[in-house]
Amino acid sequence: MVVSVQIAPPEFDPLFGALADHTRRDIVRRAISAEEGVLELASHYPMSFAAVQKHVAVLERAGLISKQRVGRRSVVRTNLEALLVARRLLDQYEELWRARIDRMNELIAETDGAIDTVETKESKR
Amino acid sequence: MTVTAVRKDPHRLTLTVEAEFDASIERIWQLWADPRQLERWWGPPTYPATFTKHNLAPGSRIEYHMTGRAGDQPHGYWDVLEVEPPRRLLLHGGVANADGTPNTEMPIYTIRIGIEEVAQGRTRMSIESVFPSTEAMEQVLAMGTAEGMSQAASQIDAILAEETIQH
Repeated sequence: MVVSVQIAPPEFDPLFGALADHTRRDIVRRAISAEEGVLELASHYPMSFAAVQKHVAVLERAGLISKQRVGRRSVVRTNLEALLVARRLLDQYEELWRARIDRMNELIAETDGAIDTVETKESKR
Repeated sequence: MTVTAVRKDPHRLTLTVEAEFDASIERIWQLWADPRQLERWWGPPTYPATFTKHNLAPGSRIEYHMTGRAGDQPHGYWDVLEVEPPRRLLLHGGVANADGTPNTEMPIYTIRIGIEEVAQGRTRMSIESVFPSTEAMEQVLAMGTAEGMSQAASQIDAILAEETIQH
């Protein structure tokens, strides 16, 4: 279906692996404002430029950030859509379970008087 | 309010919902153990579930389908991995073909159910759902609500709209 293709292209899931690392999460946060290039980003971390560059590459492959030209500079920008989609799906899934729990409660209230017979009859184990 | 806690981890694609009920632990177990009761709460009235095969024993497969207003009947299944009545249940869920056989091209999600007595006549249930991918979440949502697909579509629209404004 068209919708699921839009939500979850095959390359989408490396995103969650990319976010499992503290430094990479920090890079994602900093890159939301899209002001810094890789060199400036690297200055925030006690590690080599090459190491930061590697983290940036992982995030880029995951589709979580992209490099963008601003004038003569190249800045790193966070792509928010992917994260937002995952978040929305979890929100929707929460609603699904809240509705189910409401129905469970209704069912319990309804059968309150008849619990004993229901349980003894239907326990199969 | 019976839902007492909700934890979401977008990085691990995990959702945990905890709820408390004024009922005995045995009564809560029956919500899962009795297929006729499961049918009463698994799907909304507009999209009811029918369990055609149901036995909570390790290694057994539970088969069900939903019925939409247009007569559409998506099928699903759970593989029962662990059972400890009335406290624990571990299921792997997936999408099935029309004949009930698992659709092996579709991703498998995990549901872990824990039930414990918190006081006399008061029982807590926790439901942890772990998805291997956003695609799997999307499928589960579509199976759970008749509106799943169209809701997802409008949410994507909303996200894209937000994103445009931020730029």
